[in-house]
Amino acid sequence: MRFVDEFRDPRLISKTAEEIRRLASPGRHYRMMEVCGGHTHAIYRFGLKDILPENIELIHGPGCPVCVLPMGRIDDGLSVAQQPDVIFAAFGDMMRVPGTQGSPLEHKARGMDVRIVYSPSDALKLARLNPDKHVMFFAIGFETTAPSTALTLMRAKAEGIRNFSVFCNHVTIIPAIRAILDSPDMRLDAFIGPGHVSTVIGCRPYEWIAANERKPIVVSGFEPLDMLQSVVMLLHQLNLGEAKVENQYKRVVPWEGNRAALRAMAEVFQLRPYFEWRGLGFISQSALRLRDAYAEWDAEQRFAIPGVRVTDPKAAQCGEVLKGVLKPHQCKLFGRECTPEHPIGALMVSSEGSCAAYHTYEHRKAAMVTSLNSIA
Amino acid sequence: MSSRIATDASLVPIRFRDPQIEMAHGAGGKASRRLVEGLFAPLLFGNSPGPLGDAALVDIGGTNVAITTDSFVVKPLTFPGGSIGELAVNGTVNDLAVSGAKAEALVVTYVLEAGLPTPVLEAEVRAMARAAQNAGVRIAGGDTKVVEHGKADQMYVTTTGIGHRLRGVAIDPGSVRPGDKILLSGPIGDHGITILLARGELDFEADLHSDTRSVLPLVEALVRAAGPGVRWMRDPTRGGAATSLNELARDCGLGIVLFEEQIPVRDAVRGACELLGLDPLHIANEGQFLAVVAPECIDAAINALSLVSGGEAVQVIGEVREQPSGSVVVTTLYGGSRIIDMLVGDPLPRIC
Repeated sequence: MRFVDEFRDPRLISKTAEEIRRLASPGRHYRMMEVCGGHTHAIYRFGLKDILPENIELIHGPGCPVCVLPMGRIDDGLSVAQQPDVIFAAFGDMMRVPGTQGSPLEHKARGMDVRIVYSPSDALKLARLNPDKHVMFFAIGFETTAPSTALTLMRAKAEGIRNFSVFCNHVTIIPAIRAILDSPDMRLDAFIGPGHVSTVIGCRPYEWIAANERKPIVVSGFEPLDMLQSVVMLLHQLNLGEAKVENQYKRVVPWEGNRAALRAMAEVFQLRPYFEWRGLGFISQSALRLRDAYAEWDAEQRFAIPGVRVTDPKAAQCGEVLKGVLKPHQCKLFGRECTPEHPIGALMVSSEGSCAAYHTYEHRKAAMVTSLNSIA
Repeated sequence: MSSRIATDASLVPIRFRDPQIEMAHGAGGKASRRLVEGLFAPLLFGNSPGPLGDAALVDIGGTNVAITTDSFVVKPLTFPGGSIGELAVNGTVNDLAVSGAKAEALVVTYVLEAGLPTPVLEAEVRAMARAAQNAGVRIAGGDTKVVEHGKADQMYVTTTGIGHRLRGVAIDPGSVRPGDKILLSGPIGDHGITILLARGELDFEADLHSDTRSVLPLVEALVRAAGPGVRWMRDPTRGGAATSLNELARDCGLGIVLFEEQIPVRDAVRGACELLGLDPLHIANEGQFLAVVAPECIDAAINALSLVSGGEAVQVIGEVREQPSGSVVVTTLYGGSRIIDMLVGDPLPRIC
């Protein structure tokens, strides 16, 4: 398959892995955070940890939109869908995320009209096909998905489709990175920058990380070779004591980003003064809401929203895992009360969540290695 | 007296604690297994020992027969490469085949929604007749129920099949040994992805059709060539190859190691999976089977299968090892590896 197989070529991967081993100074420990959940998933899926030397530690960042969504927002969204003649539309990722009264899928099993859509424009199509119903799209995602929500809203407005609204949970990546860097228990050496988000925002917004925080950041693609090459680029910088923004994912990410997408976002969205992130708490100017010109399509303005706030179960240590202070399996609930089938913390829900990825691909492997070591 | 107490259903411990039935319970993955093992098995199958296979083996007056049943609720009813009628015949024939049995007769139950156009029904009945002829099985009887409009989705079909055991083969996960080879009859994921695309909810198309077919000729060729060297077989339908192999790993207490680059997957299926974030190993098939074959028989098995029409793409995709016991691990050429679990949840509702 073109554009995929080239980046999974075993020969090139082995060569790059060799270069990494050569560059990683034995006396030094490298802590690199992959910001994006897509990277977390790729690391486990391709078994990249098996290839990297032990002194390169990858720490999973906050870039999983499902994971950072507070449970109260899910309750709020589902409360709108409880009204008669409302269709709740969302991406597949959202479907198993638990609210206090169950996930969207569980609500569907009880009779709620819940639909999986693959893009916001599919939700708008549903509204056209069901003129006697109201379709509410439960929007999540970083700058990766926000432009398509924006374009869909622009089209709804242009076509005058009034039985459609968006419950907006879009968040922005930069404030989350800032929150991670401000966290006192955080000791990071470098960042693997989010590839998909950067196709929209470009590389400039990361410049402060290099300039002010003196941390190298390499915007990376999602194939094994992409990620290993990004590690090579970070090692070069770290070994030379440099801190720059570099773009490994040039085949997709323009340095200046996607102007048309940014214009659409600016037309439709404005920053919220603050927004709650699960595991990280309230972060100012970190999320988007619809502008007043789109009030008619804003579910939060059209419907009475209860504004539910739910505190996470005390025993769940999602925040620590999200900030990279704890590894997934070090959480007290991991693999016992909290599993991909019965997630308690949000990191266990999405396949991009570090706990789910770790649970699916890694933890039994880790247990096996431990048991073999203890025998030896 | 004591045996009466032991079979009193009110005293049987029920482990199934899910508050309600959800789509995932029918998806063939973990939730399905929890339902079957936690509720159905203890209440219905009593103390009958052994793992739950694709068909039950029953002794009737000294004759060993295999019996199985399967319901089909696929949407849409027809799709590239097949339709519900063909699935209903092939699915049951295949469940018997991978249990080491040749289907002799099927009985059919139709649940029809009032308002179903007769031509739709007729087309499916014709499809069943054709599929039965192709598979060499007799349809010996049936039953029809009609429910009110809106209480079912056009039509559901249930087939129950009975067959006699093929000679010289015993399917038993307990006989699987480290060093045994994992054999796959052909490319995976065609059926599941075809159905997903046939629903028209995704804005992309691919030149792909369902792999629905009887695997009996392939199974017979394998059994003739490798005989008792065939330790275990399964047709990886809902839940995909990953779920079948995880069940095997659990049932035999050994590890299954797969070599990713050996697993045959068509480009169209791979592409769709990449886009949708699915793993081909979790996607349903309706015309493939997995087998565990003793290493000394593997060459004969491959030769025999590749000579049968439809067996040309047969591949050894992995092997059985001591570790990781009870798990399936996928390895790559460049040395990475990952555990692959059973399907969790329901990525593709109602595909068979």
